[in-house]
Amino acid sequence: MSDERRGCALVTGASRGIGAATAKALAADGWPVGVGYNSGAEAAAAVVAEIEAAGGQALAVGGDISATESVDRIFSELEERFGTVLVLVNNAGLRRDNLSPQIKDEDWDAVLDTNLRAAFRMTRRAIPQMLRARHGRIVNIASVVGLRANPGQANYAASKAGLVAMTKTIAAEVARRGVTVNAVAPGLIETDMTADLDGELLKVVPARRPGTPDEVAACVRFLASDAASYVTGATLTVDGGMSA
Amino acid sequence: MATATPEAVESRIVEALASFGPDVEQVTRTATFEELDIDSLDLVELAQIVEDEWGVELKGDDMKSLKTVGDAIDLVVARAA
Repeated sequence: MSDERRGCALVTGASRGIGAATAKALAADGWPVGVGYNSGAEAAAAVVAEIEAAGGQALAVGGDISATESVDRIFSELEERFGTVLVLVNNAGLRRDNLSPQIKDEDWDAVLDTNLRAAFRMTRRAIPQMLRARHGRIVNIASVVGLRANPGQANYAASKAGLVAMTKTIAAEVARRGVTVNAVAPGLIETDMTADLDGELLKVVPARRPGTPDEVAACVRFLASDAASYVTGATLTVDGGMSA
Repeated sequence: MATATPEAVESRIVEALASFGPDVEQVTRTATFEELDIDSLDLVELAQIVEDEWGVELKGDDMKSLKTVGDAIDLVVARAA
């Protein structure tokens, strides 16, 4: 981040996996970071401790971001401590996989609420301040599944494809104010979220190995940086060639 | 929160609009947003400023009906009353 800029980054779902790696990467770039979590308070505290031990600044901000009140409170806590949120990473997400005939309404709603609706609410809350600051970076963590079929994930795929479309649209709305909106679409990444997947999926990954959270975080770090100032509305796949 | 006298509203709105590009002398009550090259995103920002200053919430439909600087000032003064 530039020295004259006072503000912070917020990463949702940052208590583990891709979110935790991203929070650490942004902190390493000098951003004070809000470490968002819902159920993982202890894990979020550990991420904060790790960032502080490395000389960075961080604050754990908890709450169910599918509720508007939590979104407001999280932003207020961060604004009070670190100033305007200039980097928002919408990473929080969940899976409720099943073949379509067996996806219940509640599985559909839970996935869409967390993966897509919450990302929109966070974005809507962040944008006015970014417009005023004439600077902002929003990075949505989509998925290769939003671009390419993966049977058993109709709800997840719809939420992630929705994120890609939302990314493009909002990017076009705010581009003239120095605010960029991009998506990163990870493929098979080794995290708690994918621990239950068997080796079948690896067969369609040209790299023949799963990716790491750090490999995704590196892309987010770039998109959040001043170096990516002319990149907006893009979806960067990080998938070992899976969607190629 | 500041008191929304017509003078205070006019002065803050003119200041805000000028910050979006046009010269402050051009920002008169009869000037249209089109003439001033004030776009929809500028008006969204203006709505945010108005809400922060006077607690007046302007919705998307309110903004669409505004054509001139005077329209915006009058709407905010009326809402704040």
